[in-house]
Amino acid sequence: MHSLLTIKNLNKTYAQPVLRDFDFILEKGEVHALIGSNGAGKSTFARILTGLTPAGSGDIALNGKPFSPASRKAAEASGVAMVLQELNIIPTLSVAENISLSRLPSKAGILDRKTLRETALAALARVGLESLDPDTPAARLGVGQQQLVEIAGTLSDTASILILDEPSAALTGPEIEKLFENVARLRSRGVSVIYISHRMDEIARIADRVTVLRDGRRISTHKVSETGIPELVREMAGSELAERKPHIPSGKRRPALRVEDLRSGTAVKGVSFTVHEGEILGIAGLVGSGRTETLRAITAADRPSSGKIILGDNRNISPKSPADSAKLGIGLIPEDRKNEGLLLPLSITANTTISTLARHSRASVLNHSSERKATTEISDRLGIKRDAVSQPVSSLSGGNQQKVVIARWLLRDCSILLFDEPTRGIDIAARQTIYDTLDQLAAENRALVVVSSDLLELMSIAHRIIVMSDGRITGEFFPDTWTPESITAAAFAGYHNRSGASSNMSPH
Amino acid sequence: MSLKNSIAHYAPLIVIWALLVALFGSMSDNFLSTRTLATLASQVPPLAIIACGMTLVLIIAGIDLSVGSVLALAGAMLGVALVDWGWSLIPACLLAVATGALAGLFNGSISVLLKIPSFIVTLGTLEIARGLAYSATDSQTKYLSGALENLARPISGTGLPASFLIAIATVAACQFVLSKTTFGRYLIAIGTNEEAVRLAGVRTAGRKISVFVITGLLAGLASIFFTARLGSADPNAGLGLELSAIAAVVIGGTSLMGGRGSIVHSFLGVLIIATLGAGLAQIGASEPSKRIVTGAVIVLAVAIDALRSPAVANRIKVIFQKPPLN
Repeated sequence: MHSLLTIKNLNKTYAQPVLRDFDFILEKGEVHALIGSNGAGKSTFARILTGLTPAGSGDIALNGKPFSPASRKAAEASGVAMVLQELNIIPTLSVAENISLSRLPSKAGILDRKTLRETALAALARVGLESLDPDTPAARLGVGQQQLVEIAGTLSDTASILILDEPSAALTGPEIEKLFENVARLRSRGVSVIYISHRMDEIARIADRVTVLRDGRRISTHKVSETGIPELVREMAGSELAERKPHIPSGKRRPALRVEDLRSGTAVKGVSFTVHEGEILGIAGLVGSGRTETLRAITAADRPSSGKIILGDNRNISPKSPADSAKLGIGLIPEDRKNEGLLLPLSITANTTISTLARHSRASVLNHSSERKATTEISDRLGIKRDAVSQPVSSLSGGNQQKVVIARWLLRDCSILLFDEPTRGIDIAARQTIYDTLDQLAAENRALVVVSSDLLELMSIAHRIIVMSDGRITGEFFPDTWTPESITAAAFAGYHNRSGASSNMSPH
Repeated sequence: MSLKNSIAHYAPLIVIWALLVALFGSMSDNFLSTRTLATLASQVPPLAIIACGMTLVLIIAGIDLSVGSVLALAGAMLGVALVDWGWSLIPACLLAVATGALAGLFNGSISVLLKIPSFIVTLGTLEIARGLAYSATDSQTKYLSGALENLARPISGTGLPASFLIAIATVAACQFVLSKTTFGRYLIAIGTNEEAVRLAGVRTAGRKISVFVITGLLAGLASIFFTARLGSADPNAGLGLELSAIAAVVIGGTSLMGGRGSIVHSFLGVLIIATLGAGLAQIGASEPSKRIVTGAVIVLAVAIDALRSPAVANRIKVIFQKPPLN
């Protein structure tokens, strides 16, 4: 008797390997949770199973037969469906239209409303929404119901596997209960559910087994009743030590920036911390924990709703725009350098001097040689590899592109620099040069805040690490006592106790 | 830019223009004459001046559909001031320019501060300005007594009217601003990636509004020459001018996506459009066929511009490939 889904030696590489010899077994009628830190490979695995991306190599067998869907439609036809965190619901259409969106029934080109309604009623019954009128515009539903409608739409009668990616991220307590009812209902009908989530308490309630991923590999699989959070955290974090040790200067340092009870949008729920001159402060946390939003709130890229920002000389500041915060000496190197940091078709010079153009002009007339000189100097200092400063930044490597954005703020002489994922998409060798640059900047007595999803990276560059979880700070760690485990535990801590269950999985 | 680079840069457009001249010259005996040259020399200035403003607006990834109507409104104010209020020439001209600038301020403020696409705002202004032009002139053409004639008359020795020379000066000035000033650099950056520029600590709103004000101001300036050529302030002036201006700018190589453009190139585009119009008239083409040809040239120019972007070129390739087996 085979298992429903057998996966052996699954590999997938983008710029770096994301799944390495991943093996996984899913039984019929089980709810199987998949957990791991950022970048562990969970989403890539889900995308491969639902045909959104091809596997690099490996064997996937569904019901004993080889399975390699070429598209989402092909995967759904074979009974494998997925509901993502970002719903595919179209708010302007009705519930019935959303359910049948990819296969609207028609008679000679005219929408067959009768069949549409019947299909919708049958689908809604499968998720316990029999009383919902299929003609309701989807915009009128709450997020929880919209999600259930999407689940109803992706489940055909022949569905055997449903993948839920962070299903409870946007749901409230009662909606989460409804979701669990439906997951249990699916299980009793023989449908297997792969439940990808950060939320340990939900996994404790709803899952039969849990698999831990780390660095693209399956580390372990446990029966939920036979394990506990501490063990899982240990397995997610791993215990490898960072090879590089941060150079931490001794002596007391003055505070450069203090943030008090900062709140912004729905993602930043009351954050307070201090960063000192000459310090590299790392901010760890899971994707979606509010780290990017915090940096953006400090520089007023998004206006914070409340909270205090205080500069080193005890000046209370309230910048209204990035232009204001730049004037106060704070610069942000954004997460998405291609879309938010660089002017890709323009030259290295134009990109580097854009924040300090006034210095290279007299009565508004540009002095090109002054620009070129300043750019050449700073590019040499940061080691930006180029043929000429007149070449477009699009022709530079990722690491050098990142340095151009850093150079821009250095010309502005910012004393406080905020880095959001500074080494994203940069290969290992180039990362070292970025780390050296960060050390250099700290040695110049600037205050650096570095957000990174790579724990080992943070542990090798930061002088101190704070952890954000669900919009709040959940921990502060120092080099002599920090461990990957303790930081990871803090990263997950904010997501406990949302559904009202206890945070223990078992007496362990 | 070195002389060799400049020639390479402008050569394609100059060649196209030369070909047009040769084409029409062969099709009509009267084309290559001083009369044609004079016609062109008086038709080019308003379009060239408007094209300067339109270039800047397209560079910041905006658009101004109201320039033709604003030209009419400014011209109407010029006529009213000269004829009805008895103003002297200079103050009346300043009024025309100020009217245009005010219209531009309206366009810029509403689209930038309320974050409404400039396409929609200027579409509204197109109607409002035209209505105001009719209202100011009581829907009648105002005949001017010759105060402006000097602008349209060829200056002895050059064969070119003052309006043409002022247009050249405007083109030169705008090109200088675009390529050699901080303002011009900011415009190109904003058109390339406005969010990156904002996050880099540059204030973008005021600069974007300025571009619309400049465009309106230039429409006001153009109205002076338009009115001078006609000898009257016609509330129907400039109908469809915005399309000719956009056509000229796109033919000149400015991208509709923003971030790229050159005033001198737009001027060459204006020459091509004006020559096309004059040539078609000379060979006796009917009004409808003139419009069809001009429209076709616009679509062709925009299509070539779009194909320059790799994303579009790839999409076209994909459409013509066989669909993957499901």
